[in-house]
Amino acid sequence: MQNFDHIVAEALAKFAAVNQVVELEQAKARYLGKSGLLTEQLKQLGKLPAAERPAAGNLINLAKERIQQALEARRIALAQAQLDSKLAAETLDVTLPGRGLGTGGLHPVTRTLSRIQALFASIGFEVAEGPEIETDFYNFTALNIPENHPARAMHDTFYVDDKHLLRTHTSPVQIHYLQTNKPPVKIIAPGRVYRCDSDVTHTPMFHQVEGLWVDEEVSFAALKGVLADFMQRFFERDDLKVRFRPSFFPFTEPSAEMDIACVMCGGDGCRVCSHTGWLEVLGCGMVHPNVLGHVHVDSEKYLGFAFGMGVERLAMLRYGVDDLRLFFANDLRFLKQFN
Amino acid sequence: MKFSELWLRTLVNPALDSAALSHLLTMAGLEVEALDPVAADFSGVVVGQVLSVAPHPDADRLRVCQVEAGTGNPLQIVCGAPNVAEGVRVPCALIGASLPGFEIRKAKLRGIESQGMLCSARELGLTEEADGLLLLPDDAPVGKNIRDYLHLDDKLYTLKLTPNRSDCLSVVGVAREVAALTGSPLSLPRIVPATVTGSLARRVQVTAKQGCPRYCGRVISQLNRAARTPAWMIERLSRSGLRSISPVVDITNYVLLELGQPLHAFDLGKLAGDIQVRMAAAGETLTLLNDQRATLEADMLVIADDNGVQALAGIMGGAATAVDENTSEIFLEAAYFNPDAIAGRARRLGLSTDSSHRFERGVDYAATRNALERATALILEICGGAAGAITEVSGDLPQRAPVVLRSARASKVLGVTLSDARVEELLGRLSLNFQREGAVYRVTPPSYRFDLNIEEDLIEELARLYDYDNIVAQAPVARLSMLPQPEHQRGVDALRTLLTARDYQEVITYSFVDAAWEADFAPGAQPVTLKNPIASQMGVMRSTLLGGLMDVLRNNLNRRQDRVRIFESGRCYLPAVEGFDQPQRLAGLVYGDAMSEQWGSAARNVDFFDVKADIEALYSPQRARFEKSVHPALHPGQCAEIWLDDVHAGWLGSLHPRLSQQYDLATAPVLFELSLQTLLGRMLPKHGEISRFQSARRDLAVIVDESIPVQTLIDAMYAARVEGIAEIALFDVYRGKGIDSDKKSLAFRVLLQDTQKTFTDTEVDAVMAIFTDLLKQKFNAQLRS
Repeated sequence: MQNFDHIVAEALAKFAAVNQVVELEQAKARYLGKSGLLTEQLKQLGKLPAAERPAAGNLINLAKERIQQALEARRIALAQAQLDSKLAAETLDVTLPGRGLGTGGLHPVTRTLSRIQALFASIGFEVAEGPEIETDFYNFTALNIPENHPARAMHDTFYVDDKHLLRTHTSPVQIHYLQTNKPPVKIIAPGRVYRCDSDVTHTPMFHQVEGLWVDEEVSFAALKGVLADFMQRFFERDDLKVRFRPSFFPFTEPSAEMDIACVMCGGDGCRVCSHTGWLEVLGCGMVHPNVLGHVHVDSEKYLGFAFGMGVERLAMLRYGVDDLRLFFANDLRFLKQFN
Repeated sequence: MKFSELWLRTLVNPALDSAALSHLLTMAGLEVEALDPVAADFSGVVVGQVLSVAPHPDADRLRVCQVEAGTGNPLQIVCGAPNVAEGVRVPCALIGASLPGFEIRKAKLRGIESQGMLCSARELGLTEEADGLLLLPDDAPVGKNIRDYLHLDDKLYTLKLTPNRSDCLSVVGVAREVAALTGSPLSLPRIVPATVTGSLARRVQVTAKQGCPRYCGRVISQLNRAARTPAWMIERLSRSGLRSISPVVDITNYVLLELGQPLHAFDLGKLAGDIQVRMAAAGETLTLLNDQRATLEADMLVIADDNGVQALAGIMGGAATAVDENTSEIFLEAAYFNPDAIAGRARRLGLSTDSSHRFERGVDYAATRNALERATALILEICGGAAGAITEVSGDLPQRAPVVLRSARASKVLGVTLSDARVEELLGRLSLNFQREGAVYRVTPPSYRFDLNIEEDLIEELARLYDYDNIVAQAPVARLSMLPQPEHQRGVDALRTLLTARDYQEVITYSFVDAAWEADFAPGAQPVTLKNPIASQMGVMRSTLLGGLMDVLRNNLNRRQDRVRIFESGRCYLPAVEGFDQPQRLAGLVYGDAMSEQWGSAARNVDFFDVKADIEALYSPQRARFEKSVHPALHPGQCAEIWLDDVHAGWLGSLHPRLSQQYDLATAPVLFELSLQTLLGRMLPKHGEISRFQSARRDLAVIVDESIPVQTLIDAMYAARVEGIAEIALFDVYRGKGIDSDKKSLAFRVLLQDTQKTFTDTEVDAVMAIFTDLLKQKFNAQLRS
């Protein structure tokens, strides 16, 4: 009886030696192929006496099985090795930065304006706009500031010609809006304004948000309520103290200046609040009947309140900017802090 | 308005300390801008008299003085001041005195014992500078505490008054307000008409009756030229920021501060003929007290004599008739000039005086004569002399018509409940006379209040006295209705967000620009010019946003920021047939590397098509058209005019090489400027059927002349209106090997889609044949094999 152990041993050694699937299949052919060693042995079975055939056949099949098992095991091992090497080859340094464009950002004034608009929109104020080159009428006369009124001197005005000027406040938007819209009216008017003044604390252009609410039941007490609410939401300080002082604006009566407790020192007094503990942030008042008269609103039936605030000032307090002029220097290093 | 607290307290003296009084005024609308002590905090300084001065044995510049300071024995004090002399009275700091920054101890100076220190004004914190000891009057009581003697426990109030409160432009006015706010009694200076002892008078002719409803004047003669202004008056003047000039001028200034009535004294000897109050003739000139030569206009009120204009009424006197050290006779004027006749004139002449400041806002017309008497009394007291009779010319003085006030209306406006009793109490505190008629009060404002003309004015007064702080803030109550949300429009915020997501930084630049920028970036535009620019390089209103963006680029390049991607949205300003066009625009500038320096992408400069993608994204889903065009600031070969539905929407292009060189740029920035209006419109989405059938794609590659724009080919194919065409898009451009140098190969993707069927190959072939023929005929396009 022939022993096939040496063939099996040789096959197993061959399989273990190959590292490529192609070589493995070639090696397989030497033993199990059409003219492989074991195939040849099977072909020889007929030459054996009939009594020996079953035992011999059995031995060949056993050997074949062992080789096939080894082949399969090697196939799996090679596939795994191939996958392993592919994975290894495709491994990334996931700590490398992502590719492509970065992101930019909004100017801090825009950011502040959006915040103001969102807060007022939440109680139903719509945004209104108006021209920046204004007529004398809209900027002054309709707002109860007649020619030669000392209040005109308070507005260092840029003039374009005898009749036209750069608006010194966004209050003229009130007039435009009331000329085309009947009360009740609830608007804010954000935008650029201009004053002929330039030093450490003044830039010749800055931004204002004007607000106007005209309705049948609007009062000074409600004005206080709305503005205190706004400042507390804007600075995210529920306990922010506010106060209102009598003041004078030709287009409101009674008029008030609104102060908030200094957000830098908490009211103890510091350089920002000139050691008073208070910051002047806003002018406001009940709309003057002469203003309503100019736009044919019955001031007996309707009352209104109006307010105007400086956007840069609020941005400075909110973000701790200590120099107004930075807003218009447009240094990218400054601007990117607000992204 | 600046004044001494001690002065105020002679008129009204509430039981409040300085801080509380200051707070009270601020919260009543008379904002205290500054509250400063007159002197530094110090103690232990008395009036001393220098008895003798001897040289110091070991120091040339020091003297050894014997000083009587009321301490029993004379003190030996070493002093280095140049003006120390025998007999002078000076502040003397005793041993143990505490001065700003140091204490006085017994000490030896170069070996000689010094028992105190003689002081300058600076050492007492009275002034910033001093060049010697503070010399006191010869009658200064030796040994008296200097703080008491010089009234140094005083505070200076600086009020920031609003233009409506002209009644508080005097110490008496502020006192009146304090009395109303606190209920403390008011004691006003007693004014007694002078006994007329002089016989001289001037006639007064008022032709400008509108501008000058009341003019009073009198001659005062036989003035003592040697008279000096008393110390108490100099002190009050200086604590209000006024320098002592001469007794007569000081007295007029004093009465102005005390009562708020501006006065003017003419040197009688320099006046010729009658006093005339008239309007100026245009072109008349006057040399003012400050030596400024003013050319007058016809709406300016003047005081003239036979020689011509001698003073600008209510603004400033003339130099020719000014009082001086030789004056012994004056004509003293007190008048009521109408605010309308004064307002704005001083400013036009570049002047602002204490007088014009008050007349513009309104001076008590009922107190003119009173103020003249007050000044007369002070002049007679200080300078002696004889007062002549007052000449008065009066016309139509302002009337104070009663103003209607309703408690109910006041309560409604303020949002508080004000009872009639409360209203009457508040009116009473303000000394406002009223009569009650049913539910209505008729309130007659006093002659010194120019700001109480309508009911709201009175409501404001009530609110002030009620105290704004006592009006309880209320959450508003209103009918709720939702705000409109137009879906066919979007806000500029959406565009800003899109650009920031694409790596743009927003900037905000001034609306006024350098005219040179306009010439560079919008040549031919006629920019709107400012009449009074703040600086010559901010002289014109921008007609384009590009100049500002270029400026930001340059400034950042100077700060070594070499990759700049910025945008701005805002108005531009253009002259129009009527008024001005002020269109809103959105503009951007991109410069430097397309992407920030990074490991995964080779560095390259940003180009036209990078930015074009940004613009396409801004318009998406709408499609803007880009047409080759010419813009003077842009590269002629890299410039597109942008259209949206036949509306010009803006420009895109690389900066013209000429300008890149002029602005010293290494590479060309890509710029765009778009009309905001064209960016805000959106179409409301509308659903269409989605085909269940497969689409068919065929590619079409053709060779055409280099000069033919891709868009024209696409337009031509769409224009053929072949049924079933879903998309025609370019996907490749090839130049080089196999293509003539003046040609390019373009590859288009053609998508066919039908909702009812799948296209057969034959049908698709037919469509492609149409396009092939079309492009061949129109553009001589060769099919690329």
